[in-house]
Amino acid sequence: MRRFRFSPALPKTPAFTPGDGLILLGLVTILYAGTRLAFNAPVVIAGPHISLSPLALPWYALFSVGRMMAAYFLSLLFSLFYGYAAARNRTAGTVLMPLLDVLQSVPILSFLPVVLLSLTTILPEGFAAELAAIVLIFTSQAWNMTFSFYQSITTIPNELREAAAIYRFSFWLRFSTLELPFAAIGLLWNSMMSWSGGWFFLMAAEIFHVGARDFRLPGLGSYLQTAANEANLRAIVMGIASLVLVIIFLDQFVWRPLIAWTDKFKVEMAEGGEPPASWFFEMLSRSWLVKQFRARVRRPFSTWIDGRLRRLSNGKVATPKVVPRSRRPSWTRIVPASIFAVAALYGIYRTATLLLTLPAVAWGQLGIGLAATLARVTVSLLIAMLWTIPVGVLIGTNRRWANLLQPVVQIVAAIPATALFPVLLLVLLQTANGLNISAIALMLMGAQWYLLFNVIAGAAAIPQDLRHTTDLLRLSSWDRWRTLIMPAVFPYIVTGAITASGGAWNASVVAEYVEFGGQTHTTAGVGALIAQATGRGDYALLLAATLALASVVVFINRTFWLRLYRLAEERYRME
Amino acid sequence: MTATASLNHDDNLLQLQNVTKAYGREAKRFIAMRDVNLSLRRGEFVCLVGPSGCGKSTLLRIATGLNPATSGAVLYRGQTLNGVNPYATIVFQTFALFPWLTVLENVEIALKARRMPPAERTMRALKLIDTVGMNGFESAYPRELSGGMRQKIGFARAMAMEPELLCLDEPFSALDVLSAEALRGELMELWLSKSIPTQAILMVTHNIEEAILMADRIVVMGKNPGRIVADIAVNLRHPRHRKDSAFQTMVDKVYTAVAGETKSEKETLGTAPGQPGEKRMLPDVRLEALAGLLERLSEENGRFDLYRMGGELTLELDDLLPIVEAGELLGFLTVHAGDLLLSTPGQAYAEASILARKEIIAGRVLRLPVIAWIYKTLRSDDNKRVARDYFYDKLQDDFGDLTEKLLDIAIRWGRQAELFAYNSDTGELFLES
Repeated sequence: MRRFRFSPALPKTPAFTPGDGLILLGLVTILYAGTRLAFNAPVVIAGPHISLSPLALPWYALFSVGRMMAAYFLSLLFSLFYGYAAARNRTAGTVLMPLLDVLQSVPILSFLPVVLLSLTTILPEGFAAELAAIVLIFTSQAWNMTFSFYQSITTIPNELREAAAIYRFSFWLRFSTLELPFAAIGLLWNSMMSWSGGWFFLMAAEIFHVGARDFRLPGLGSYLQTAANEANLRAIVMGIASLVLVIIFLDQFVWRPLIAWTDKFKVEMAEGGEPPASWFFEMLSRSWLVKQFRARVRRPFSTWIDGRLRRLSNGKVATPKVVPRSRRPSWTRIVPASIFAVAALYGIYRTATLLLTLPAVAWGQLGIGLAATLARVTVSLLIAMLWTIPVGVLIGTNRRWANLLQPVVQIVAAIPATALFPVLLLVLLQTANGLNISAIALMLMGAQWYLLFNVIAGAAAIPQDLRHTTDLLRLSSWDRWRTLIMPAVFPYIVTGAITASGGAWNASVVAEYVEFGGQTHTTAGVGALIAQATGRGDYALLLAATLALASVVVFINRTFWLRLYRLAEERYRME
Repeated sequence: MTATASLNHDDNLLQLQNVTKAYGREAKRFIAMRDVNLSLRRGEFVCLVGPSGCGKSTLLRIATGLNPATSGAVLYRGQTLNGVNPYATIVFQTFALFPWLTVLENVEIALKARRMPPAERTMRALKLIDTVGMNGFESAYPRELSGGMRQKIGFARAMAMEPELLCLDEPFSALDVLSAEALRGELMELWLSKSIPTQAILMVTHNIEEAILMADRIVVMGKNPGRIVADIAVNLRHPRHRKDSAFQTMVDKVYTAVAGETKSEKETLGTAPGQPGEKRMLPDVRLEALAGLLERLSEENGRFDLYRMGGELTLELDDLLPIVEAGELLGFLTVHAGDLLLSTPGQAYAEASILARKEIIAGRVLRLPVIAWIYKTLRSDDNKRVARDYFYDKLQDDFGDLTEKLLDIAIRWGRQAELFAYNSDTGELFLES
């Protein structure tokens, strides 16, 4: 059941701290700078031509995977550096970790227009769109990986750390034999989670298209959108099939072998449970070529590296010294802090002046939009809970159902909801209130899997003897749900719902405003406002809507979800 | 090889002078260890024993330079130690092997850190593995080995450093009895035959027999704050046997030193929160365990040897001492010359029925200044109901990081004595009507 570990890392700090305020101000400044740049964005942007020929599909798939890989390596590098800095330096940690927490709860997709518009002013359009997509995917992947790496580094058992100190490991030796191996498993699981999140954003970025500005990118996402636009059923099926194939391929040839390999990095000393298996990994480790590679290439190479490092340090062994740390604030801290403060203040001032140009009517619209989107998010979450809780409990407590349903659920869940959105529109736009329904459907499709997987994990974790006890007491099924199943699954529902609501908010920008079949469809909502503002070049509204969306989501997270999460942790955790 | 060896200053490998270790700052400052003086000569095997929380392990880490001392001097070969001691190494209680490295790689890593060329380092590592009798397991991962085997690898890795000073942090306490016995024998053989370059050994243990089996000198530590209370030379010839009368006498002597003597009532109980004077932490003990000890003591007519009591109840010293401490606090027993003495209230309690016991406990628990203060605060409240956080804030100045635990214990004891109750949902303590 290890596959289903979707849990956001939540801080132990109280709801709001002055630091949070500072971070939000910093974000406002950056957004303002982006909007400022966007003023000069071209009014008409021609998109690429998308071919529906099946021969084009492998290329499109390659493009999409390439973007994902570029963003992933960026995220990985970022997590290693950022996480390491935050873990090793306590002062840095007190700033870096709250910042990360805010960043991960902001709905990233609402930033897409600002990022895209500002980049098109400094870079060629095609390149800007590529870069914006990569930056966007990066921002969807990096945070949880960084949290995981940070948490691993800070939870290394004391005695292992002391062993590294007493044997006087160099920085590199400590990193490569202690810190990185210890973090490997967590980093891998979070990488997988990041990839599935990344697909969602990639598809959204590939189909982004507002008014006369066509930011689309050649890839599987735009292929699917074009196919749906032309109602080409054959192309739709082929597009979805190749997407699923790519995802399955990556799962079998990248993730599963990696899971099997990282099993050796587990810290538990007890030999227990089934080790994760991967046919591809077993084949590789038995293959003659790989053995040759290890003996002839890898080993000489690492020996060479070691030799280099040894020569570099000239055989000298450095004795670490205890340097008394001064408690007084030093210049190295005051100067950057005051530069940051001045820049932030200036940014706030300019933001405020830009926002003041916005008429009262627009503010009214924004309020209505936020309420409408909030209603959609709530409805989609409720629907998701309504079906995932019973189904999840069924799968989690019943081995036969689990064997039957799990493979199906895994494949269906792997398809990013945004890829299916054009298809959804094709069907639903003909009905009355169609966009409203399809917006909720997109949010639902993005949100439900987090809930389902968490409920399955929670139900599977209910201790056997408690279940036997309810049998022996002959509890009615209602009492059984009330006294055992709901309390046991509650913490998992909360963790799932936090991630799910984040996904739903994110979807709003893509879901509430669509160009389809040459027509523009909109429905009231903050996402639609952001898209419209982008199309019209109304930068004040774009900034206001993006800011409002981000603050509302952070506020709801910190007040509502965090509180529920604490309650769940304190009262209903079984461990 | 005994403590009576030359007192020549040059023989001193390690010297701790007035070492104090404190955590936190100013008001929340917690003194873990105060004014510890200790020296270790070449050729000496010294054991540190004492109740848990007396700072034995901290002292070991100060000696190796892993933890800096707050004040005082740490000298090695007469030089002030700055950072990790390059002549020392530690063998850890939990082995601290890297789970993702094989046995060979785990030993090699110590040599790699010393920047030894690969060919030489593999050869040396193989030889060390052979020395501890683990040849054939070179390519095994630690999780495939038993605890005893893992610790052998821990020793092999430590030997790779060719340490002058070998520090052992309860190296046998995570092993089963037989593996521990075998490994102790092997270590003593290497040490006594001088087939390892190690010049001195400093070992932390909570097992007094183990200390007497191995050490030339036993340093006994006490707590609140951590300090040295006795320094006992062990002049028995190797190999030592547990059944020898000289050995048994020594065990009794060390036990007596570790258990100490019950102090005056005022000193035992400490002062109430908000009052000047030393405060006492409550031992983390279930009162049923104390009841068991008192009953056993009553069967022995109210007087029994502490060391034998530990043996009969199969309790390690670390588990037995907190129960004894609770007995002292409640005035049910006293410790004198290594014996436990049952007091009159203790006798009454041991013989009472379940209901009567509750009443006796209620009276006794109210002797404790912290609990009496909580009870008084609750009684003077109009609703007889006060938030846990209130007590937490008041106690934090005196107890720092231990406050949470202190409150947990106080609440547990108060509940058992039916003095007050606690609702964890609302976080309030209240009096039951």
